[in-house]
Amino acid sequence: MDTIIDAHHITKTYNPKTIPVVAVNDVHLHLERGEFTALVGPSGSGKTTLLNLIGGLDKPDTGNIIIHGTDITKLSANQLIDFRLRNIGFVFQAFNLIPVLSARENVELIMQLQGVSRNEINQRVQVLFRQIGMEDKINTRPSQLSGGQQQRVAVARALASRPQVVLADEPTANLDSKSAGNLLDIMAKLNQEENMTFIFSTHDQRVIERARRVITLVDGKIVTDTAQVDTSPAVHG
Amino acid sequence: MWLLKLAWKNLWRNRSRTLITLSAIFFAVILSATTNSLQDGVFDHFIRNMVSFYSGYIQVHKDGYWDQQVLDNGFERRASLEESITNHSGVISVAPRIESYALASAEDITKGCMVVGIDPKTENAITFLSDKIVQGTYFSDNEVQKVALLSEGLANRLNLNLNDTVILISQGYHGAMAAGKYRVSGIVHFGSPQLNDQLLYLPITVAQEFYSAENLLTSYVLSMNSDKNLKSTAQELQTTLGKEYEVMTWMEMLPEVEQHIKTDKGSMYIISGVLYLLIGFGIFGTFLMMMAERRFELGMLIAIGMKKHKIVMVLLVESVLYVLVGCLVGICISIPITWYLKVNPIRFGGDMAEIYLQYGFEPIFPASTDVWIFITQGIIVLVMGLALSLYPMMKVWRMDPVTAMKK
Ligand SMILES: Nc1ncnc2c1ncn2[C@@H]1O[C@H](COP(=O)(O)OP(=O)(O)OP(=O)(O)O)[C@@H](O)[C@H]1O
Ligand SMILES: [Mg+2]
Repeated sequence: MDTIIDAHHITKTYNPKTIPVVAVNDVHLHLERGEFTALVGPSGSGKTTLLNLIGGLDKPDTGNIIIHGTDITKLSANQLIDFRLRNIGFVFQAFNLIPVLSARENVELIMQLQGVSRNEINQRVQVLFRQIGMEDKINTRPSQLSGGQQQRVAVARALASRPQVVLADEPTANLDSKSAGNLLDIMAKLNQEENMTFIFSTHDQRVIERARRVITLVDGKIVTDTAQVDTSPAVHG
Repeated sequence: MWLLKLAWKNLWRNRSRTLITLSAIFFAVILSATTNSLQDGVFDHFIRNMVSFYSGYIQVHKDGYWDQQVLDNGFERRASLEESITNHSGVISVAPRIESYALASAEDITKGCMVVGIDPKTENAITFLSDKIVQGTYFSDNEVQKVALLSEGLANRLNLNLNDTVILISQGYHGAMAAGKYRVSGIVHFGSPQLNDQLLYLPITVAQEFYSAENLLTSYVLSMNSDKNLKSTAQELQTTLGKEYEVMTWMEMLPEVEQHIKTDKGSMYIISGVLYLLIGFGIFGTFLMMMAERRFELGMLIAIGMKKHKIVMVLLVESVLYVLVGCLVGICISIPITWYLKVNPIRFGGDMAEIYLQYGFEPIFPASTDVWIFITQGIIVLVMGLALSLYPMMKVWRMDPVTAMKK
């Protein structure tokens, strides 16, 4: 087994001096490579906060977060940026793409930041666009893509850097159910083909069904953590 | 390289904003370049008029002459002296003069006048005296005949016409008696009433003879190829010529004119200042707009792992491109505009024009096409744009990706 995330006693309190809000409360989390995990819970339960902590976008007040052997709570802000570049793939709810760059350039950007060679970038881009089924839209600007297509490109970008884990905060929130299903298909496929670890937050029951593990947060605490079988009739390409 | 590309693409993300910013910058450059070129042009024109009037840019006298302007404070004309002045860089020509007062009479009228002995050729190169002739002819190059050019006002007051005779009486060098009869060979018109009522020109040797001051001069009048560095040129000349002589710029000889220019320039600087302020706000406004629009996106770039210094680089390249392109376009457009204004200067009316006309100046605002104006204005706007672009860069430097990406 290959541990990707190992977090202990993580707590995050907002506004500690005025009206404290304990967004994440003494959470333990353990994720192995290749997991496909959903983070669920009511609005305000702390899903986004937890994902931000794991992704190194925010620092916990207490606890340790070890991502593939590195305790990211010990990193400086600058080191964290570099850590994110090399280890975390992000898919946000919307507006993931730089509007002035084509789909391809958006995906290339992260590899250019990593200093990957031109040759390798080209190869990786070809593969990724095939995997997300958008070879024909490779040079299209984000504004010319549908919401679902934009999210697929965002997934491709998240994977382009070959991260340890892809964190997706409500990636389907702005999509219709067909596009949402399609995006989940692609994520599931990449999870299989590249053995990529995914953790995504969602409110959508049909998306939750696709996960193999479901972690439920309430008031910043993990209340259930269950394994399940993907029951949906996925159309793997 | 791809950072450059990203910056370039960002420039065109919002075409209308880019065009607004670019035009703000280029209008700024045009405005400030034209205003400055007009300012410089007007003062140049004014100074050139003033000095070509009478004083020249620089004069050389015997030390102490300016305080006590009498023949006994004159000096001997020497070719070697003339040469060492002419050899000085920037000096175009040197005109010798001998000046003193005399009484001019015709029949029973007598008036005081200033008799100026001139070398016809070099004097004309500096004060364009022959252009001011309204009747008769200018002296020939080495005139030795007893002929005189009278200013129009003086001629009228003495009731003299062309070819009449004017009698001059004065005290010559070292108290000698001076008297002579001269034929009026020409009448000159000066815009300045002061000059127009007083001046009487004689060929230099004729004047020296009149004053019994063979080879004596009271001043050398210098014309320069530019009025830049006048003070330092004067100082250098002073050092070359030594304590025996005094070297004076027109500013020292006509302090009230210099004062007038200084006051005018002061108000021009205020206008320029206000202009720069407007330009600054314009540029800053677009930067503010841009940051508001791109907050989320920049936050996301930091989130996915783009180092802040790289983002700052992109923004820097963007602002440099913006401001540079704006400045270049502005400079390119302002050159023909100022050129046009130089060839077709703005004419003005009103009291100002009256005063100008009275002094024989054309009431115009010519533009200067000195390249330095465009270069400095371009650089000022460029520096301003770059200084203002520190704002978005600082914003990025302080940016927290989570906060930035919050709706
Ligand atoms: N920057 C902040 N300052 C103060 N309180 C915050 C901040 N961000 C989040 N919170 C609070 O922390 C708690 C958890 O918020 P979080 O966004 O993590 O919930 P969530 O599970 O992602 O909710 P949703 O499903 O609506 O996205 C909420 O009570 C929220 O109001
Ligand atoms: Mg959330």
